[in-house]
Amino acid sequence: MSEKRAQCLTGKGVTKVFGLGDKKTVAVDHVDFDFREGEIISIVGESGSGKTTLSKMLLGLISVSEGEVMFQGKPRDISTNQKKKEYWKGIQAIFQDPFSSYNTFNKIDSVLLDCINMRGGKSLPYDQKFEMMREACSFVNLEFKELTNKYPFELSGGQMQRLMIARIFLLKPKILLADEPTSMIDACSRATILDMLLKLRDEINMTIIFITHDIGLAYYISDSVYIMEHGKFVEHGKAEDVILHPKATYTQRLINDVPKIYEEWDLSTV
Amino acid sequence: MKNTLRQVFHSPKFVIGFVIFAALLLTTIIYPIIVTADPLEMVGNGNFFKPGTYVSVKDSVEGTRYTLNVDVKAGSLDSKISAEDKESMKEWLTKFGGVAEADINLEDTEGLIALWEANYSEDADQPGLTASRKKYFVRLNKNIDGVLLDSDVIIAQKDPETGELVESATIGSKEFVNTKDVANKKTFILGTDNFGRDVLTELVDATKTSLRVGLIAGIIATLIGLFLGLISGYMGGVVDDLIMFITNMFTVIPSFVLLILISYSVGQNARGVNLVGIIIGLTSWTWTTRSVRSQVISLRNRDHVNLSKLSGHSMMRIVLTDILPYLASYVVMAFILQISSGILSEAQLSMLGLGPSTSNAATLGLMMNWATAYAAPLNGSWWAYFPVVVTIALIAFSLNLMNTGLDQVFNPQLRD
Ligand SMILES: Nc1ncnc2c1ncn2[C@@H]1O[C@H](COP(=O)(O)OP(=O)(O)OP(=O)(O)O)[C@@H](O)[C@H]1O
Ligand SMILES: [Mg+2]
Repeated sequence: MSEKRAQCLTGKGVTKVFGLGDKKTVAVDHVDFDFREGEIISIVGESGSGKTTLSKMLLGLISVSEGEVMFQGKPRDISTNQKKKEYWKGIQAIFQDPFSSYNTFNKIDSVLLDCINMRGGKSLPYDQKFEMMREACSFVNLEFKELTNKYPFELSGGQMQRLMIARIFLLKPKILLADEPTSMIDACSRATILDMLLKLRDEINMTIIFITHDIGLAYYISDSVYIMEHGKFVEHGKAEDVILHPKATYTQRLINDVPKIYEEWDLSTV
Repeated sequence: MKNTLRQVFHSPKFVIGFVIFAALLLTTIIYPIIVTADPLEMVGNGNFFKPGTYVSVKDSVEGTRYTLNVDVKAGSLDSKISAEDKESMKEWLTKFGGVAEADINLEDTEGLIALWEANYSEDADQPGLTASRKKYFVRLNKNIDGVLLDSDVIIAQKDPETGELVESATIGSKEFVNTKDVANKKTFILGTDNFGRDVLTELVDATKTSLRVGLIAGIIATLIGLFLGLISGYMGGVVDDLIMFITNMFTVIPSFVLLILISYSVGQNARGVNLVGIIIGLTSWTWTTRSVRSQVISLRNRDHVNLSKLSGHSMMRIVLTDILPYLASYVVMAFILQISSGILSEAQLSMLGLGPSTSNAATLGLMMNWATAYAAPLNGSWWAYFPVVVTIALIAFSLNLMNTGLDQVFNPQLRD
């Protein structure tokens, strides 16, 4: 199915090197990828494998050390501030750590109002804006009335993550990079939220790049899966193929490490 | 915001510093309202009059006199000869005067003086005494000389016709004047300086001027440092390199040397108080730039800044709303330290004679400069420099205390 879709983000030999000399870390090591429009792509890998680094490169927030990222089939050009701004119009992110994602000096309202303004709703009457914010919050099981006039640090980690997702409902971007967006959210709300994201994908053909540790979750939501180990993609393909018939030993280990209820947890493999 | 303020005022260090500083500041504001005299007026005709109340001799002589039955001799003896002097006298008399120790009673000052006058001789053989000790005894002897005499002081007036002196009054030792009757008197709580200026009034004025110098220097240094640090840290690249190059150049040349060179080239007469403040500010922004820059670098990659970028905010807005607020507490602390170091720099400059031109202002540094130039520490005129030192120390101490107090409040939050 992915073959029919248009190219969204593609990469050839994309590499990120941090530091120089002895302190050099190759966080992402010559990865190739082909993300198609309207797909949900999961990037799965253990801690430190370079997932966040790759997503920051895709967002254009950090430079690419080597290799090339193509956007909609053409080389991506974000060399000037103006071009970056243009690029960021269609791409949004949910960052891994909700605690550092908010400006602690701004109230929660301003986070959501920014989104409405971005979508050209600046001149709407406040009633209407309020209604939009309330709706976005209710999508993620939040009560806007309880949040208004509060500061981000007055929320729990899970509430912060939900608010980040509420932003996405307001913004409806073409591409979403979600870096473990539900890591602090209870399983029940998580399912609803993920269903909402899937619906959004169907509605506006949003491309979702979903970064997670949780291979089960990846199987549940994604069309294709990329398995990352030490900065490299060791395996990729359709979710069913990769997860049900893993080829790389690393993938097999990841799958085996998922603890299953009713089953003895074999600590020797951890 | 309100919460932070409350926290700040719960920090004992900050409160102590704040109270000291506020007290100094209030003094510089209220004192001139009460004492309206020109702080630079040269009241004393001579240098370094010691602290105390000065009453007009003529007024005292001409005013109403009261006879009091008080033992004035004991009083004046006590003021002229200290207990230490008495011990020294006893030591001399037993060692070189040939007086038996049993004959000396330190309680009986008059008896001791009588013994002294009978036995002391400057030329006596005094083995084992240093020259300065010998001189001390000569001085003591002069002091004591005539202290036991009890003759009246005669006041005479010139007869306008014959030109002869005619006795008009005698003043006995038991006659007193009431200081309330003396019309002309003047109190110098901290004495006078080498120009005969009232040190206290001058000190208050100087504190005010020095605070102004510190404030001007602090504002300029902080603004320049903040501006360059923000740009350099946020933009990075060529801009960063250029700004850091300039900053390093200023750092390599010690700012104090630069300060001296600029002050010297401006020339004595052109150096007003404000100009000195500006010069100090222009040479001391480098460390604010460096530390703001490094803070900005650690902030600019935070996700809340990234989110702001993705929300389409301009660079200006990101710097002002996503970076500056996180630095605010830090900048306040840097500002406080800059004020403090500005005041100290002025004092150092003035000590070298490169401070504000002397004729139109007093600053703490200038007061120190003059006190040293006129050897106040050597001739025992502590009042000309000690209060100045204490004031400088208090200002620096209170500002630094506030700074550490703020540090304690802000830092856990900065880490968030
Ligand atoms: N700014 C940086 N400077 C230097 N090294 C970095 C930097 N950011 C990440 N790294 C290194 O790059 C490697 C990959 O980090 P990254 O954050 O991409 O991992 P991750 O896959 O997101 O892990 P996790 O699942 O724990 O979030 C790590 O070894 C990390 O130490
Ligand atoms: Mg990560």
